[in-house]
Amino acid sequence: MKEIVIISGKGGTGKTVIAASIAALAKNKVMGDCDVDASNLYLLLHPEIKDKHDFYGGVVPSLDLKKCINCGRCQEVCRFDAIKTIKGQTVIDLVSCEGCGLCALVCPVKAIQMEENHCGEWYISETKYGPLVYARLGIAEENSGKLVTLVRENAKKIAEKNDLGLIIIDGPPGIGCPLIATLSGANLAVVVTEPTLSGLHDLQRVSKVAQHFGVKTVVIINKYDINLENSLKIEDWCKKNSISVIGKIHFDNIITEALVKGLPVVEYSDNRTTKEIKDIWQSISR
Amino acid sequence: MIISIASGKGGTGKTTIAVNLALALAKDKEKNVQFLDCDVEEPNAHLFLEPVITNSESVEIPVPKINDKKCNYCGKCAEVCVFNAIAVTKNKVLVFPGLCHGCGACMLFCPEKAITEEGNEIGILEEGKAGPISFTHGRLNIGEPMAPPIIRKIKKKIKRDYNDNRDRDITNNYITLIDAPPGTSCPVIESVKESDYTILVTEPTPFGLHDLILAVEVLRKLKIPHGVVLNKCDIGDHKVEEYCKKNSIPILLSIPLDKEIAVAYSKGIPIVKINSSYEQKFNQLFQKIIQKI
Repeated sequence: MKEIVIISGKGGTGKTVIAASIAALAKNKVMGDCDVDASNLYLLLHPEIKDKHDFYGGVVPSLDLKKCINCGRCQEVCRFDAIKTIKGQTVIDLVSCEGCGLCALVCPVKAIQMEENHCGEWYISETKYGPLVYARLGIAEENSGKLVTLVRENAKKIAEKNDLGLIIIDGPPGIGCPLIATLSGANLAVVVTEPTLSGLHDLQRVSKVAQHFGVKTVVIINKYDINLENSLKIEDWCKKNSISVIGKIHFDNIITEALVKGLPVVEYSDNRTTKEIKDIWQSISR
Repeated sequence: MIISIASGKGGTGKTTIAVNLALALAKDKEKNVQFLDCDVEEPNAHLFLEPVITNSESVEIPVPKINDKKCNYCGKCAEVCVFNAIAVTKNKVLVFPGLCHGCGACMLFCPEKAITEEGNEIGILEEGKAGPISFTHGRLNIGEPMAPPIIRKIKKKIKRDYNDNRDRDITNNYITLIDAPPGTSCPVIESVKESDYTILVTEPTPFGLHDLILAVEVLRKLKIPHGVVLNKCDIGDHKVEEYCKKNSIPILLSIPLDKEIAVAYSKGIPIVKINSSYEQKFNQLFQKIIQKI
């Protein structure tokens, strides 16, 4: 079984647009959306949800005001400035809380209980292109890495059960916890970049992360004709670092048009852009 | 005052808006502008502002260090660690620094006092000046998962004299701008919390709308006043405008898709440097914000 993750470092370079098109082109596969903060792939694949699951990630403190003696011990040990005393009363700020549980452990009167935190949902769904696993992290919640891992594990289970040889993952932006959870152990990282200084800078960082975790990397330059000089710089950098540029996509309004229609671009049109994307898929699947 | 610039979806133009707003405001010599790039996973503002960096600091998380002579492998440290950053076997203690949040529980509860802490570098913070603008950003080290500690350290640099008396700063001349990372989870919350106002940058596409709605929910939860900048306002559809109208969220500025702006962006050139009419537009954006606060 092969797992391909589509990532970018910088946001908004076209990960999801390309992931949706690959979903439409590839055969015998499962899709997973690991951008659990702001998942978008489902907007193009129109899934029917089969199973909905709650996600509990970590624990959060709950303070019993009747028991609390406002001794300040919890505030003293908290390193995340999540406990304050307001008008003599101990108050926990859950936004700053990291969920370490130290406050509950030190409380002399056991006024703090750590409770399981419901911080999102994940879904197993069916689309016209095959099964899709995706998730929604609760608003302002933590532990997105754990939720990413759940999405990947379940995509893998479905692939195994149905004898599907391929998993396509739409990844998150950035290089931190959710990206690492998406990337580690995958077979191939497809990095979508754009010919801007930011695009190049972020490509370099995310490629180093992929290298750090031993994941083979290939690159797609989206909107390459916006700045041909920068596209060349990206190609040069990739060459020096033994990374193949497997395709370039020119700037085309058709991509936004397809997006507004809620369709993968290869399903919406049959033009030069579509061909560029089909060639990319050919190159990946070889 | 503290104004943060955020967006649910990546690549909508957060950094562009933050940088150009900073440059437009800093033209006024009366104003003191501070710029904090809190997108420590992929910081980009320096590419546009080209600051001269004068100070660099390591950002560390205190991780446990076990004294083998004192440790009797009782396992208490692993028991209190909710992050599974310590595992204890019969004659060995394994520490996983990448999982450690540096809460200090293990050290506090070790009955043998066998645990001390040592700093594990997860990134760096750099400070300097971009013309009159005070600049700070951070970089998460490759392979490190946790951005929030670096963001917290950047935010400690918020100039006290800028913001301590912000209730009394009736001149609105002390401005801290925060360029936030994309998304809606912990790094975003850490960046935007305690802001007086948040600008949400989006684009008029189904993705832009979907992620804007999530970002608005975050700001409602944090009780931060907010408005929208609609970038590439002439592509896509009108659903973002309809959503904003229905929810009484002001659209502070609309920027059309412009090849000239896109090309300048690709080279790291801010809009105000190629089209001076935008200086006024960004100043108007600021005026709209101070009326809302």
